Amino acid sequence: MNVGYELPLDDAAYSFGFLDEYAKREVRRTILKAICIPGYQTPYASREMPMGRGFGTGGLQVTLSLIGEGDTLKVIDQGADDSVNAVNLRHFVELTCPGIDTTERTTEASLIQSRHRIPEVALSESQVMILQVPYPDPLVVVEPSEARRKVMHGEADYSRLLTKLYEDIVQFDEITISHRYPTRINDHYVIDPSPIPRYDVPRLDNSPALILLGAGREKKIYAVPPYTRAEPLAFDDVPFRIEDFRDAQGKRRPCARCGATDSFLDELIDDDGNKQWQCSDSDYCHSRLAERDTIPGEAMS
Amino acid sequence: MGYVAIKGGGRAIAGAEAAMEALRCAEGEAGTPLTLAAIEQQLRLLTSRVVSEGGLYHPRLAALAIKQMQGDTLEAAFALRAYRSTKPRLLDLPVQETRQMRLIRRISSAFKDIPGGQMLGPTTDYALRLMRLDLADESPEAFRSVSRRFLDGVADNDLPDSYPKVVDALREEGLLPPLTRSREAAFDITRDPLVFPVPRSAALATMARAETGSLLAIAYSNMRGYGDVHPTIAELRVGYLPVVLPHPVTGEPIEAGEVLVTECEVVAMYEGADSDGPPTFTLGYGACFGHNEVKAISMAILDRALQKGMRDGPANPSEDPEFVLLHVDGVDSMGFASHYKMPHYVTFQSDMDRLRTTQGKADAAQSSQGVES
Repeated sequence: MNVGYELPLDDAAYSFGFLDEYAKREVRRTILKAICIPGYQTPYASREMPMGRGFGTGGLQVTLSLIGEGDTLKVIDQGADDSVNAVNLRHFVELTCPGIDTTERTTEASLIQSRHRIPEVALSESQVMILQVPYPDPLVVVEPSEARRKVMHGEADYSRLLTKLYEDIVQFDEITISHRYPTRINDHYVIDPSPIPRYDVPRLDNSPALILLGAGREKKIYAVPPYTRAEPLAFDDVPFRIEDFRDAQGKRRPCARCGATDSFLDELIDDDGNKQWQCSDSDYCHSRLAERDTIPGEAMS
Repeated sequence: MGYVAIKGGGRAIAGAEAAMEALRCAEGEAGTPLTLAAIEQQLRLLTSRVVSEGGLYHPRLAALAIKQMQGDTLEAAFALRAYRSTKPRLLDLPVQETRQMRLIRRISSAFKDIPGGQMLGPTTDYALRLMRLDLADESPEAFRSVSRRFLDGVADNDLPDSYPKVVDALREEGLLPPLTRSREAAFDITRDPLVFPVPRSAALATMARAETGSLLAIAYSNMRGYGDVHPTIAELRVGYLPVVLPHPVTGEPIEAGEVLVTECEVVAMYEGADSDGPPTFTLGYGACFGHNEVKAISMAILDRALQKGMRDGPANPSEDPEFVLLHVDGVDSMGFASHYKMPHYVTFQSDMDRLRTTQGKADAAQSSQGVES
């Protein structure tokens, strides 16, 4: 192979948002199309990012294509801002997007990129929620071929998916889908809402905030536009159910830190083998603690 | 507190980076850093793999990626791809002519003698895989004299610049269908997503930057019997392909440089006449950056298998375009395999909720019916 040429060291500085401008424009066009056809998996030529496929490259391309000076970004993974992958993604955006702000407060963010959770605090019209997606297609559990799934979506043929839910009930007396719960958008396309727990699925329905879902490896972007119907698949006599955080006595478990009884909880096992439950949304938990500390007369636990 | 320990990241990430760097430099005082030239030249087949799977012909950057990723081909190709994402596409290339390749090796297993002759060139095909213990402690003097001695007495114009292609001879004899130039623009997999069915050019482009092992595994399934390509290598050539671009001002074609490529054409048994003409052999095509013969052969076999699958419907995994093309990319597959190492405790919490609820119902049903487990 040829020797005698130099490395492109002067190219080491990357452009704003890492991707070249053509790539960002393509992602924005795809987003517009996705918003126009709620729930439709819009194909796009996903670029390779400098972190692994599966680590949020789809969400990241959406974020990098939308973010500009004056935006405030929040990045969470499993609900937490300080989870390794969230730290890594936030650091990368800070590195390649000078002039933007980052925050851990849900209410301060204009863009929120997340893996596996939607924040506990209700989102507003001025916010965009970006979810990282490993599997964009809910039909993959019943049909491996993408070409055939595309036809099924076009015809809104979800009979095999409904049959799967029915078979679950016959076999286990329960629908066994835990997360990635198939959800019908605007009365047509059924989406995989990303691996959010069932607890977060109702937050998609008529959300004031635009919700964008980016699958980098599978090269798809789809959207739940603001104030759009999002309805988890269920049966008239077997309603959709969220995760149950009640103890054996039927009492709702509180967060061990902030005492919240209205949040999604992580189950922890401490060194002595005892179980504890804590808020998965770290900002929600911190904010509640901070609020409690500033209210005079209320004792610390 | 396993779950909690995984939170609280920035310092942990910096620490991981430092630990990786310490291992790279673990030889300490006795060590010599690898030069990029040494990687590019002495590990040329490794560099070949990385330029090919990275989809960017930049051997020096590939060498850097290999050094940085401590020899992991998947990671090195990945770094090259990510670098490529920052670059705009400047122009569409006209078709490049592999007949003009400056060859270092070309063979045909179809004919004993071929126009221009067989040229074994650099290959380990017939080498005995015995450990060369003399390399364990090689003297720099001996190392430096090898290349000089090899080229001693070789006249510059001893070799022709290019050779005719074997498939051209087969076409002239009517054993292969005449070449038809597709009027379709080539599919650019870096700018358009694969939406099936895809044209053959999309399949070829996907395989050209596929991970070698993945491509080999699926091609091997066809060779063993999950398929029936039964290829004969009409020609395998390795050499430097002149890259001809239109001049930015005059538009005249100019040679901008050359890239090392491996090209393989396999001939397979004839199919029933799918057109009006007489039956002919069929062709499978493989080509990739760098010197990587196993990859080019695997690709050629799969090209043949996929063309059959596209025509008759897939009878085997290797004939199914979706199955092959969506599972051979190293960056995609290794990224997804790695992502399972990330925390999944929200989804696992949700999984436990389902299992406990189902278990609870099963217990209740059992105790009410008195059924044994």
